[in-house]
Amino acid sequence: MLKIKNLKAAVDGTEILKGLNLEVKAGEVHAIMGPNGSGKSTLSKVVAGHPSYEVTAGDVEFEINFKYKNLLELSPDERAKEGVFLAFQYPVEVPGVSNIKFLQTAFNSVCKHQGSKALNEEDFLVFLKEKAKIMGMKDDFFYRAVNAGFSGGEKKKNEILQMAVLSPRVAFLDETDSGLDIDALRVVSNGINQLKNKHNAIVLVTHYQRLLDYIKPDYVHVLSDGKIIETGDFNLAKKLEDKGYDWLVH
Amino acid sequence: MTELKSHLKNDYKYGFVTEIESESFKKGLNEEVITQISQVKNEPQWMLDSRLKAFKYWQTLKEPRWPEFDYPEINYQDIIYYSAPKKNVEEKKSLDELDPELLKTFEKLGIPLQEQKRISGVAMDVVFDSVSVGTTHKEILDEAGVIFCSISEAIQKYPELVKKYMGTVVPYKDNFFAALNAAVFTDGSFCYIPKGVTCPMDLSTYFRINAEETGQFERTLLIADEGSFVNYLEGCTAPMRDSNQLHAAVVELVAMERAEIKYSTVQNWYAGDKDGIGGIFNFVTKRGRCLGNDSKISWTQVEAGSAITWKYPSCILQGDRSEGFFYSVALTHDKMKADTGTKMVHVGKNTKSTIIAKGISTDQSQNSYRGQVKMMKSASGARNYTQCDSMLVGDESNANTFPVIDVGNKSAIVEHEASTSRISEDQLFYLQTRGLDLEESISILVNGFCKDVFKQLPLEFSVEAVKLIEMKLENSVG
Repeated sequence: MLKIKNLKAAVDGTEILKGLNLEVKAGEVHAIMGPNGSGKSTLSKVVAGHPSYEVTAGDVEFEINFKYKNLLELSPDERAKEGVFLAFQYPVEVPGVSNIKFLQTAFNSVCKHQGSKALNEEDFLVFLKEKAKIMGMKDDFFYRAVNAGFSGGEKKKNEILQMAVLSPRVAFLDETDSGLDIDALRVVSNGINQLKNKHNAIVLVTHYQRLLDYIKPDYVHVLSDGKIIETGDFNLAKKLEDKGYDWLVH
Repeated sequence: MTELKSHLKNDYKYGFVTEIESESFKKGLNEEVITQISQVKNEPQWMLDSRLKAFKYWQTLKEPRWPEFDYPEINYQDIIYYSAPKKNVEEKKSLDELDPELLKTFEKLGIPLQEQKRISGVAMDVVFDSVSVGTTHKEILDEAGVIFCSISEAIQKYPELVKKYMGTVVPYKDNFFAALNAAVFTDGSFCYIPKGVTCPMDLSTYFRINAEETGQFERTLLIADEGSFVNYLEGCTAPMRDSNQLHAAVVELVAMERAEIKYSTVQNWYAGDKDGIGGIFNFVTKRGRCLGNDSKISWTQVEAGSAITWKYPSCILQGDRSEGFFYSVALTHDKMKADTGTKMVHVGKNTKSTIIAKGISTDQSQNSYRGQVKMMKSASGARNYTQCDSMLVGDESNANTFPVIDVGNKSAIVEHEASTSRISEDQLFYLQTRGLDLEESISILVNGFCKDVFKQLPLEFSVEAVKLIEMKLENSVG
């Protein structure tokens, strides 16, 4: 579904990704771990198309129903419409715009592109209520301004709600577990597990193994200095938790 | 990309010039010019006397320089004070007989004047340079007893009303530009809504500056008699020129007992080019007096044009329980400078005022809110709520707030809230990763920010205002 080949990317002239390779297939869950500054967040942002990052080499190939697209040629909204999703580490506040209005606009933009029917306000509310159940979110949440004044936990839940609404083909979840207490972590993980199916793929970007106790990855990758230096299964995550990154990096 | 950007920014679609034969006075300002203006308008002696009195006073004044920025000295002797299309203006019988060039101009501006093409539901007075070229839908208004005509016509036909109210809200001694306007005003609208009448349609004045080196001195007077209601809209555009032009208007509103006036403006004067060359100096005094008990005046403005805007639509809340409202969106881009806000003067008991001001500044522009809330000793139980929000786009623009609160009555309550935010690359990226394209992203951000003001505008105006702001912002952000 997603093939990243020899990806190199820089921000303000400093190279962060230095030839990264990663292949993600439908139905898979990947975890990307690594020390601070290894390029984990950069990878998510580059895949989503953040304008501050300059791709200096490599390809990001995205395949849907045997059609191939070079993601790097698409604008961030076009990537989203093709089914790429990024759950932000720090979700952005949008004052004055209600969550429901935002979600409906986003949903309908994606629907329009994918040739499915847009929903009117009434139908969208029904649809949204259904999705919000997954995260145990109440209706009053819909009418608050997007992320404005949300607690850290609420922001992260809102990211997963957006994922539920947009049902992406591949979702990068950038440190979705950070800033969550144990209960919230359980709710959020549970939500992600419900959204997982054999047609989509999830890439978890995280520092800690604890998220992986809730969402079982098929692959665990270790990112260091802009490259994937080790790939394994869940046991690799456990080993990292015990021994830290040093034994790999050196 | 830079090239595209600057190209887009000059895309001011109202910037064309109408080739029309005009009759203009020579440049310069003196008693003779003022007498000429009065003569060409066939004014009674009292009007001329009042102009000359204002002129004498104006000569003793110095141009105010309170804002934080510099702007080129205005040479008042280098301005043409009267310019009017030659043909058809004085003795036209119907608007259909107007000079075809004029009809074409207004059609291009989106306001067809011919009988069959007119916008239904809105009566228009159209001011081109120094004269009103006509007013639509007169018949329907006549039937309701509503007077809506140019101020020049009102001076001829309704001298008693004009004499009684003109200068009572904005006296000529009010400020430099009010004195200048009182001396040299050339046209504008007059409106009187009789007792108990809800105006059968919205009233609207469209101001167009066309001639070069000409100043436009608009004078508008609106009187809403007891228990009446009127919705009034105002729009303005001008051609793109390299030299600055002055628009110094005075607008006075009077609301009697239980009367309500809603006054909305979408101001889109030419703002100058990206280097700040040219554009209109929009120096305007707008004020309403809630004379009667339980009267209401609301000012809603979308300020999106002009090189410099100084404008403080204000309310004097004289009647008990009268209410004043000020809703404003001011957008500045490139080198524009806007200094706008309001004054709410609470005189009567239990008077209320609401101020919602939104400023959006982009590029190297400067955008200030300047406001005063004054609770007089007599204003027992008066209340004010003020909310000022600024949004910055990019990191070169500038936003300021200068609120003054003056409370002379212990029972009065004043609330003030303010915020500053930024349309950031991160915000746009966030929205885009959810499938909204750049246009939709900007639109949703701006709509969210300005929502409280836009919802005060009449529907058609609101759609136009949203589009105007989006278009201007897209050029700045994209």
